[in-house]
Formats: sequence, C-alpha cells, structure tokens
Amino acid sequence: MHTRWLMPGILLCVFVLSLIIHRFELLDSYLQLIVMYIGINIILTLSLNLINGYMGEFSVGHAGFMAVGAYIASFLTVKVIPAHLAAWLFPVAVIAGGMGAALVGLVVALPSFKTRGDYLAIVTLAFVMIVKSVIENIDALGGPRGFLGMEKLATLPWVFFWVILSLWIIRNLVYSNFGRGVLSIREDEVAGDLMSVNTRQVKVLAFTVSSFFAGIAGALFAHLLQFINPRSFDIIKSTDILIMVYLGGIGSIAGSILGATVYTVLLEILRPLGIWRMVLIPLILVLLMLFRPKGIMGLREFPWFVPLRDRLAGRLPRNKRGSS
Amino acid sequence: MTYVFQQLLNALQVGSIYALIALGYTMVYGILTMINFAHGDLFMVGAFFCFFAAIFLNLPFVPVLVISMVGVALLGVVIERCAYKPLRQAPRVSAIITALGVGLFLENFTLALNPYPKQVPQLLANTTWIFHGVSISSIALFIVILSLLLMLMLDLIVRRTMVGMAMRAISWDKAVVPLLGVPVDLIISLTFAIGTSLGGAAGVMYGLAYPVIDPYMGIMVGWKAFISAVVGGIGNIRGAMIGGYILGALEILVVAVMPSTYRDFVAFVLLLILLIFRPYGILGKPHPQKV
Repeated sequence: MHTRWLMPGILLCVFVLSLIIHRFELLDSYLQLIVMYIGINIILTLSLNLINGYMGEFSVGHAGFMAVGAYIASFLTVKVIPAHLAAWLFPVAVIAGGMGAALVGLVVALPSFKTRGDYLAIVTLAFVMIVKSVIENIDALGGPRGFLGMEKLATLPWVFFWVILSLWIIRNLVYSNFGRGVLSIREDEVAGDLMSVNTRQVKVLAFTVSSFFAGIAGALFAHLLQFINPRSFDIIKSTDILIMVYLGGIGSIAGSILGATVYTVLLEILRPLGIWRMVLIPLILVLLMLFRPKGIMGLREFPWFVPLRDRLAGRLPRNKRGSS
Repeated sequence: MTYVFQQLLNALQVGSIYALIALGYTMVYGILTMINFAHGDLFMVGAFFCFFAAIFLNLPFVPVLVISMVGVALLGVVIERCAYKPLRQAPRVSAIITALGVGLFLENFTLALNPYPKQVPQLLANTTWIFHGVSISSIALFIVILSLLLMLMLDLIVRRTMVGMAMRAISWDKAVVPLLGVPVDLIISLTFAIGTSLGGAAGVMYGLAYPVIDPYMGIMVGWKAFISAVVGGIGNIRGAMIGGYILGALEILVVAVMPSTYRDFVAFVLLLILLIFRPYGILGKPHPQKV
C-alpha cells in the first residue's frame, strides 16, 4: 500500500518545492534557467527516443515540430489571448502548440512510412527545412526577424509539471500493448506484422505522439527564451536532440533523463571554451558512437521506471539484440 | 528568348556544382549504403583549401585545384578509416550519427580557426562575351566544362577500369566479393577518395563563382546536393548527375518567377512530392525487403 503512494508523494513534494523556489527566488535565475532547460530537453529527448530508440527508426524532424509548437503557442499568447488572461490560459496555449505539432506530425508520418530505412530520415530532414522556410516567408510571424513579445510564462513549476506528465504518458505508453508493438518494429518488423501488429498504424501513432511532445517542448522553450526565430529551429537543433538521445541511451527512459541532463550541464560547464566547445561536442559524439554506440543506458532501465507487473515477470528491458 | 538562355546558363552553372557534390553522396551510398552527411562539409573544406592555397602559397589555378582535390580526398579517406570503418558492422543509425558528428566537427573546427567569411581571390581572368544578347562569363563556361570533364572521367573509371568494376561488384554483393580476392577496404577507401575529391573540386568552383566563403556554407549546398542524389536515385551515378542539373534548373526557375526566399522551400517540397510518388528516384531501382 505505502509503495503505491510513494511516487505521487515524492512528486507532489518536489512540485511544491519548485513552487516555493519560484515564488521566493531561492535559486538564482541562472540556475533556474539551466534547470528549466534540462526539463525541456528531457521532454524532447524522451519523445525522440520513442521514435529513434524504442521504434528503431531514424527521425531528424524534432526541431521542426518544436518550431510548430513554439510559433503556435507564442502566436496565441501574444496576438490572440488578451494580456491579462495570458498567464491563466498558458496551458491552453501549450497544449494548442502540442496539438498543432501532432497534426503536422500526422501529415508527415502518413507518407513517410511507406518504405523502411533512410526514407524517414530524408523526409524529416526536408520537413525541417520546409518549416524554417515557411516561417521565414510568413510576415505575421515576423519572418526571418523572429517573433517576440511573449511573457516569461514558462516557470519552474510549469516545466516540472510538463516533464512529469510526458514522463508518465510515455512510460505508460512504452509498457502498454501499443508499446510492445513499437518494440516489435525495432526488433523485427516482419515478425511483428505476422503477429498481427498493425505496424503502419503503430508507427504513425507513435510519430504523432512524439511530435506532440516536441510541440509542447517548443511552446515551453519559446516562453522561456521570450524570443524565437526560424534559425533557432534548424537542423543543428535536431542534431542536439539526437546527441542527447544517443548519449543517454536508446530505448530507455532513465537514459533520456540522463542524456538530457548530462548534455545540458556539459554545455554550460564548457562555456568558457568559447567556440572550441562546439568543436569538442561533435568529437565526443563520434567517440561515443565508436566506443559505446548504444549510449550510457542503452536498452537498459532503472527498475524504478518499469511497471510492477513487468518487474515481477522478469521483463526488464535488457535485450541482447541491437537496434535497427 | 535571350532571357531564357541566360537563365539556362545560370542553371547549368549551379547544377554542375550540385551534380559534382551529389556524386560523392551517391558513390558512398552505393558502396556502403550509408549517407555520408559530412560530405557537404568536405565541400566547404575544399573551398577553404582553395582559399589558403591561393592566398598563402600564391599558386595559380591548376595547382590550387589539385591541392584542394587531393587534400579533401586525403581528409575523406582519414575520416572513413577512423570514423566509419569501425562502424561497418554496427547498426546503420550509428554510422549516420557519426557522419552528422563529423560534419559538425568540420564546420566548427573551421569556424574556430578562421571566424570570418573569407574572400577567395580571383584565380582566373573573367571575361564576359555577349552572344546575341546573352552574356556568357568565361568562369561560368569554365565551371560547366570542367565539371562535365570530371563527370566523364568518373563515368569512365566506374565503367571501364578494374577499380570501377570492383566498386560495382561491392555495391552489388558485399558478402561474396571479398571471397573473390577483391581488396574491399582498399576499394572503399578509393571510393571515398574519388567521391570527396569531386566535392573538393566543387568547392573550388564555388569559390570561383561566388567568392565569399564561410564555414557554414557546406550545410545548405550539401543538403541540396543530397536532394539531387535522392531525386536521381541514390546509389546511381548517372542519376546523381541528372538530379544535380534538375535541381539547379528548378532553383533558377523558382527565382525567376517567385521571390527568391521561396527557393529552398520549393526544392524541398519537390523532394517530398518525388519521394511520395517515386521513392527510389528517377533512375533508382526498388529493392524489395526479403524475410
């Protein structure tokens, strides 16, 4: 009985703590900013891990979905929602951003999963470029100059809330029947098909969910930075998220959290190096791929994140087979 | 009418550069079924080699071209040996990520060494002839002819020599070919050397045509060339050449009738439409998945 309420209890305590920190400015704003970046990166890493880790496909489109979410949410809070209501309706704007990204994700997913292999990589890559190009040509969104005027609505409690929500949803998704379908696509798509998994439907749905959370992260990102421009969502941003996924470990919730945290903190620590920081990080990525291609937690999990019934059945995700 | 011919010449110039870079993508894909995402950045390195050879060594055009091609080819082989070869048996995703990492490394390393955009000196005298109202610059003509020559050479190498035969054999079947005594590693390195040297040559030509170069210029040009390779059918050498010219023509067409900010948009939408209706490109052949 008491273990059942342990997790919600801890989460509630941390949530109250984050409220207090935010209310009384216990942490200096730089640290708060870093913590919030970590949170947003966790959402991004987790949702990309659903496609690239659990499903074994290769998408580079996350920056594009982030952009969609960020621009929709910002447009809502700045131009549509009256200013005095903006703080209250912020969650609506974030969800609208997520929904918009999910819709776009659906449109991208429907034709992309016709064949396997590098096809998705090419389509999502083109998608990132198209989104950037479209935004640059829409004057109402500021075009290449960018979009500003958002209030700083993404606060520590909100970021925490969204991180927990996405963790909860994706974890439950991965360990559901649907999640087993996703895993079957990675391990052996043909066999999955033969076991009556509707692989095409599973792929499209997983991609839509993933883009939804990318949109949420984008909306939070926009309201944290208070300024977005098309160049913040180019292919380099996607590469960043990819690095976090493969650093932390594919197919692992703990790995996603770890990867996002380590990478974000590392970037801040290395800041004194200036431009050489950006030389070092790709080098780390290459070395990682050469010597530990599945990442720190690759295909493993803290027992913590595994539902009780799977733990009792001895179904910890510790596969011997590689991905894709 | 003169306007059409003028734009046609421009399209040929841009298309030649795309086609040369696309060849590098397609050759590596054909032999390793791997997308070498660092290739666009090797093109950029080629342009910078050209800049350094011209400024610090004060060389004329031909040695500059040779230095760039050889330098980029060496770099390509080193990258292949150090970063890609250990991953040949690994999941394909690892190789793709590594390639992205290598590309970022090249960009940022070049940026760290020389932070400002550079101006390539004029290596060739540029004269412009007016022919029935169409102005033909000698540089544009030169770029088109030189790239056609390089492509012709490549086509001969691949179709007529033993090395080319080995390349085609490896891309046909990776399991049996080593048993027949083909030195696979050597052939793969050679493929990288040839493919990247064409990218280096494209870098030099780009420097001739658009003299301002910067470390990030390889990204967009590289992706465009990649699209050309996909449009032509990735893995198919003649497809890459055709794809390059198609994309070049299309871009010029878009700029001629629409605001130039739509150029990238149209290029990528074209890619998507083509992929939906013909997933294997114009000359590519579908390879069905077997259980």
